[in-house]
Amino acid sequence: MKMLWFHLMPYTELPNDFKEKHPSVWVDIHSSLFDPKRAHHMYNDFLDELEYAAECGYDAICCNEHHSNGYGLMPSPNLIATALARRTTDTAICVMGNSLALYNPPTRVAEEFAMIDCISGGRLIAGFPVGTPMDTTYAYGANPSQLRERYNEAHDLVMRAWQEKDTFAFNGRFNQQRYVNIWPRPIQEPHPPIWIPGAGSVETWRWAAERDYVFCYLSYYGYKMAQNVMKGFWAEMDRLGKDRNPYRAGFAQVVGVAESRQQAMDLYSEPAEYFYGRCLHVDPRFAAPPGYTTEATQRAGLESQVKMAADASKAGPSTQAPSAMKMQMLARDMKGIVDNGYVIVGSPDDVTDQLMELAKTLNIGQLMLLMQFGNMSKDLTKYNTRVFAEKVMPRLKPLFAEWENKWWPKPLKMAERASLPAFAGSAPAAAE
Amino acid sequence: MSEPTTTTVDVNGHPCRVWTKGSGPKIGFLAGFGGLPRWIPFLDHLAESRTVVVPSMPGFPGATGHNILDTHLDWLVATRTLLEKAGLDGADLAGSSVGASFVAEIAALWPQSVRRIAMIAPFGLFDEKDPATDVWAQRAEDVPGLLCANGEIYKEMKAMPAGANSVEWPIEQTRAAEAAARIFWPLGNTKLERRLPLITAPTLLIWGEADRVMPRSYADRIAKAIPAGAKITTIVGAGHLAELDQPEAVAKAVLGHMG
Repeated sequence: MKMLWFHLMPYTELPNDFKEKHPSVWVDIHSSLFDPKRAHHMYNDFLDELEYAAECGYDAICCNEHHSNGYGLMPSPNLIATALARRTTDTAICVMGNSLALYNPPTRVAEEFAMIDCISGGRLIAGFPVGTPMDTTYAYGANPSQLRERYNEAHDLVMRAWQEKDTFAFNGRFNQQRYVNIWPRPIQEPHPPIWIPGAGSVETWRWAAERDYVFCYLSYYGYKMAQNVMKGFWAEMDRLGKDRNPYRAGFAQVVGVAESRQQAMDLYSEPAEYFYGRCLHVDPRFAAPPGYTTEATQRAGLESQVKMAADASKAGPSTQAPSAMKMQMLARDMKGIVDNGYVIVGSPDDVTDQLMELAKTLNIGQLMLLMQFGNMSKDLTKYNTRVFAEKVMPRLKPLFAEWENKWWPKPLKMAERASLPAFAGSAPAAAE
Repeated sequence: MSEPTTTTVDVNGHPCRVWTKGSGPKIGFLAGFGGLPRWIPFLDHLAESRTVVVPSMPGFPGATGHNILDTHLDWLVATRTLLEKAGLDGADLAGSSVGASFVAEIAALWPQSVRRIAMIAPFGLFDEKDPATDVWAQRAEDVPGLLCANGEIYKEMKAMPAGANSVEWPIEQTRAAEAAARIFWPLGNTKLERRLPLITAPTLLIWGEADRVMPRSYADRIAKAIPAGAKITTIVGAGHLAELDQPEAVAKAVLGHMG
């Protein structure tokens, strides 16, 4: 199994009464809450943490894209990925990813990803999310009725830009370029591995499978709640005649590990409550722009609601809520967070057992670990990262050894790589 | 309230519903935000003295084909085609909200195709100093009260009738909001103001006194931009979709203007 260390880069100093005093962490979060001098330290801590994860032996370090968001300080994940490329050597760099429809022209993504691939020596995993409604339609003003059409077209353009050898004209519905000829071009042939983050949309599963891409379910709600989605995903793979190679699928999981379960609860309650209480406090006004969800997905959801309503008339009220309201109904206290299975918190044995169960029940080969969450300090983040690497990772690594991971970067051989300057650790040591 | 006659016309290979009722000279009506999932009393009032023709624009209830319209020019041509196929060429034309914006566009770009026009709180403008409300960033429960002075009227219009398909009905309502978004996202500003000077048809502007979506100041801007000006009528006890709140008063104003 591959273990990827994923940073959301949350602003760590939202006030205690944030949820009561502010309508949303996203889109219209107030600028007075942001202190650039504090963010200077946050960004540098976060980069330290990602570099530390690389040192600890995680297979990849991941970043992602959000806009106007108090829990995701990476409007440009490519900047972060580039900084990481210069301070790491073996670790894959997963940008999860660039919301294709937001780039004008979309060849910007082909160019920047090619740069990262060149700088890193071919270590890039290229994520192509559609992007959330909050990021795309509200913060960036993208038309929700055209977002997916533009995304699909941008994807086609980027893939052609990476692979065609000659300058070509692109005559799309939304993008027209007379001279497409990106320079630089990616090291990885024919292109870096493509991973698609998404949720429970059959169309997305199909689309990813047809192109032989990895599908990643980036849920914050834990593996128990993800069972139905991933069951649906694998059933669809069966229908499409694809094998059940676990490396076709990724999943994000919040994890906190310590010497004992009690110690883990003591250490991780505050950051978990900060994450679920403040970071995921999103105004439902921004959850469902019309057109963002395709009619096929609406239809599937409504059909299951109708079915649930019919079942509920026999079995009492349903506990299911429409997805747009999900964030409003989250558990915000540690007991609820743990009882609902959003986080996996415990001793190395507890965490290993639960992640084994996660991997096997969801059939996930690409495990994305959220090990800094909420307002977790750098010290605690490093502790969590190290204990996991020492005591959990070795036991999970052999999982799925019988499968080939066809969706992993193929970097240059070490002998072919540039040598990086030897600044690791020297300056801080001198200052001490 | 009896049912209208329903026919279908083809626009770009997609069906668009056309309702017809009444007798006398024709008057067309293009619906407002959310479209018309069912016949409304306002149309009956118009039908008392006119042949009312209500074509549904692509993506609004009764019609599909919004998602092949990529540019504003696509929308203008589709709407012009729809009106022609509905037999409204040269007729009086009224519209509300989203539909009213197209009444203005058609009158500006094809001046011979309309006789007199009436517009209820049209979309198409945006003023940073007096911004229109974001109708697409609302909690579902706030939408009826935002669109109508009496939110119950909007709720009743959108409520699923007995025997309707419980999956397709809500999808059709979301599609209507999407179609409007496809045209007007994110601000409602299609730069209609640049084309208003081309309007030559005698123009009536109707504004609900309690419109919480489109600021009243937009009425003056529109009237000012039309060379011959426009008559502005304010409807007491009405919100953005004034024809739903005060069907009789709005119909009376429209018919009075059309003569």
